[in-house]
Amino acid sequence: MPTKYSLRINGQSFSVDADPDASLLSVLREQLDLTGTKYGCGEGQCGACTVLMDGRAHRSCVTPVSTATGKSIVTIEGLAKDDHLHPVQQAFLEEGAMQCAYCTSGMIMSAVSLLNNRENPTDSEILQFMQGNICRCGTYPRIIAAIRRASAAGKELVR
Amino acid sequence: MSRKMELAAGLEPERYELHSPAAVIFESDRRDFFKFLGAGIFVVCAASKISAFQESGRTRRGGEDNLPQEIDAWMHIGEKGEITVFTGKVEVGQNIRTSLSQAVAEELCVPMASVRMVMGDTQLVPFDMGTFGSRTTPVMNLQLRRVSAAARDVLLSLAAKQWNTDPALLAAVEGKIVDAKSNRSATYSELVKGQQITQLLPAEDPLIPATQWKIAGQPVPKVDGRDFVTGKHGYPSDCKADGMLYGKVVRPVSFGATLVSADTRAAEQMTGVTVVRDGDFLAVAAPSTPLAEKAAASIHAEWKTVPQPSGKEIFEYLKKNAIAGEERNSRHETGNVEKALASSEQRLSSTFNIAYIAHAPLEPRAALAQWDVDQLTVWTGTQRPFGVRSELATAFHLPEEKVRVFMPDTGSGYGGKHTGDAALEAARLARAAKRPVKVVWTRQEEFTWAYFRPAGVIDVSSAADADGKLTAWEFHNYNSGAAGIRTYYEVPNQRIEFHPVDSPLRQGSYRALAATANHFAREVHMDEIAASLKMDPLEFRLKNLKDERLRAVFEQGSKQFGWDRPRPANHGFGVGGGYEKLGYMATFVEVSLKPETGEIRIERVLTAFDCGAIVNPDGLRNQLIGANIMGLGGAIFEAIEFENGKILNNMFSRYRVPRFRDVPPMDAFLIDRKDQPSVGAGEAPILGIAPALANAIYALTHIPLHSLPMGPQLVSHGYQLS
Repeated sequence: MPTKYSLRINGQSFSVDADPDASLLSVLREQLDLTGTKYGCGEGQCGACTVLMDGRAHRSCVTPVSTATGKSIVTIEGLAKDDHLHPVQQAFLEEGAMQCAYCTSGMIMSAVSLLNNRENPTDSEILQFMQGNICRCGTYPRIIAAIRRASAAGKELVR
Repeated sequence: MSRKMELAAGLEPERYELHSPAAVIFESDRRDFFKFLGAGIFVVCAASKISAFQESGRTRRGGEDNLPQEIDAWMHIGEKGEITVFTGKVEVGQNIRTSLSQAVAEELCVPMASVRMVMGDTQLVPFDMGTFGSRTTPVMNLQLRRVSAAARDVLLSLAAKQWNTDPALLAAVEGKIVDAKSNRSATYSELVKGQQITQLLPAEDPLIPATQWKIAGQPVPKVDGRDFVTGKHGYPSDCKADGMLYGKVVRPVSFGATLVSADTRAAEQMTGVTVVRDGDFLAVAAPSTPLAEKAAASIHAEWKTVPQPSGKEIFEYLKKNAIAGEERNSRHETGNVEKALASSEQRLSSTFNIAYIAHAPLEPRAALAQWDVDQLTVWTGTQRPFGVRSELATAFHLPEEKVRVFMPDTGSGYGGKHTGDAALEAARLARAAKRPVKVVWTRQEEFTWAYFRPAGVIDVSSAADADGKLTAWEFHNYNSGAAGIRTYYEVPNQRIEFHPVDSPLRQGSYRALAATANHFAREVHMDEIAASLKMDPLEFRLKNLKDERLRAVFEQGSKQFGWDRPRPANHGFGVGGGYEKLGYMATFVEVSLKPETGEIRIERVLTAFDCGAIVNPDGLRNQLIGANIMGLGGAIFEAIEFENGKILNNMFSRYRVPRFRDVPPMDAFLIDRKDQPSVGAGEAPILGIAPALANAIYALTHIPLHSLPMGPQLVSHGYQLS
């Protein structure tokens, strides 16, 4: 049965009606028009749907909306502050770390989560953390370069 | 470019790219365009030989609105100086929105930011067969350069007329026509104001040579890049319309199954749910995806199944079921292969098996369909917007002008989005629900109901003389395809044949098509001949190769790679190269082996590539490295597993694609031939990685690797690739 949930997303409060097991992804995309978060597999295997919950990466396609209440959720739309891109977004642009860019939102959100917890990750930490995100176009080396660039920029990161 | 010209340029579309014959359609006339875009300069690129310059007020032979039937591209410069370019090509990540804009900006002498590309909207753009076959750069880029050069000429003439001077004394500079002598200048918008001019191509305007390019040839960043890092860009699966429902198809239990009965009562009772049963098509539409899924799951459907071939017998099946003597066969023969093989002492035969693989574009097929009485509009991710328009028109018995297909820049395709499956499903549901309906395939649907890169069997026999000159080459490809099947090595006696098969799985185009399989078989076989002759594989290739540009990628690439450097113990080098879609490539791989564990590691990869004058070196590097990474998947582990009409690995947790950790250090060596026409780069660079890797492992282990993917074969020999 649809239930009312209140969600805190990108600093704003939303009230939605959804089945408890409806995915956070479907709520974001279909009810709140936050379509920057993408569907890629529905089983948490590709990372296209990654959002931050309390600063950490979560796969919204396998996150029931009922478990997302009371958390601070950040989607790709909430990363830039006014006109200022987040350092990770900026780094992806500067490295040209995309082709079709369908994976880009999820890549950026995962990278932000990584850098939230490790300001200067080693290469193997980057690989380990990003292993769950698929870029079918094969831009992985550029994404790694973007993460290194953002890490070096060493700016204040969103939590 | 006309089909004839494409054929002349060696760009014949491969059979798997064509699902329906191309029709040339031009509906909108000039009047419509000025109405739509306002006054200005309108440049049309016609494929037929019509050359005319027409100013407003003058009529051209055949009447004012009688535009030619075959149109490739058009451009409009509005009264505010805004430049809009219309092309049927589409953006799927290959970065052509950027590279085509560069071509326009270059020839028209304007900043990149003033160019807007309208792509893949069947209502607004000229007919285009589709975005495949690496034709955008050699064909469309060139056409847009010509269109832009013509527009520049119109602007120069306008200024010359205004200033009563010779256009040859004027120059186009950053959106202005400048008269250096008298220090006068006028912006394009000032010149265009109040004009209504149509310029028809082809006119033989000189193009700016690549050596003088300022915008083309530069690593210009992706157009609209910011929209992609902020989540703002709307992909087909993001499209939304007022009152839209979400569609869900109830799929057959296996391939070839037919619908016997369906109990849809529970679904029909759900609020807002529409159920459609039309032949074997069974689907629902609902106000949300979770509800649509619930409604679909509530349907009890009974399917009649028929036995289907399985993966374990696929290669025998393909050989046994080859269709002989058909028109679809392609056969090339020179000299006398039998005689040459029989008389040679250095004979070698091998058989290669190629698995079905999936494109797995990260954005699955998606479409939003909306009916307005009998007018159908569909937003969908497809490489063939006009092809999908035809499919829709046929399915719904509509004239094509009643169907508009629009393709927003899409989450990749790799040749996998040529058909309109999701568009048809969404349109069928929307007609029944009388509301717009969006269908987005699940990953499982994408892995099951899309089409695959064809599986195949390839038999190669060859002979060489003691000096290392090839004397005979016999090559048979069963089912995987004819792309790249001809050998570029000099062999006097050849028989090369493609044998089509009615494939048990739905199959179609895939990045570089069968050229991957054919290059793999050819290049791996070359190393085995070289080994039997005790020759260096690179030296053996060069001995049998005349083509200068192909020699150059092998030779320059090998220098860059350090082919002649001493190889450390337990390290092997491999090379694989070739020519495809007008591009020349050679990939070099170094692998290392831990003998105690059997672990093989790819130490580094280098691909040398020549695609003529480089339009965007950054975009090119991105394509080159990306293609190599995608190619690693098909080379090592990707394979569709199927049994009796079911796909067994239809999820990312069961179908492995390359991930971060799978990527070795990769380098691109670009040969910028400014004296040669620019050609495509999205496909050819994928060809070298599989044979180069197999050859590097062969050099190290002497195991001939004859399967794509090669991972399972390696494991059976006690090795594993990491």
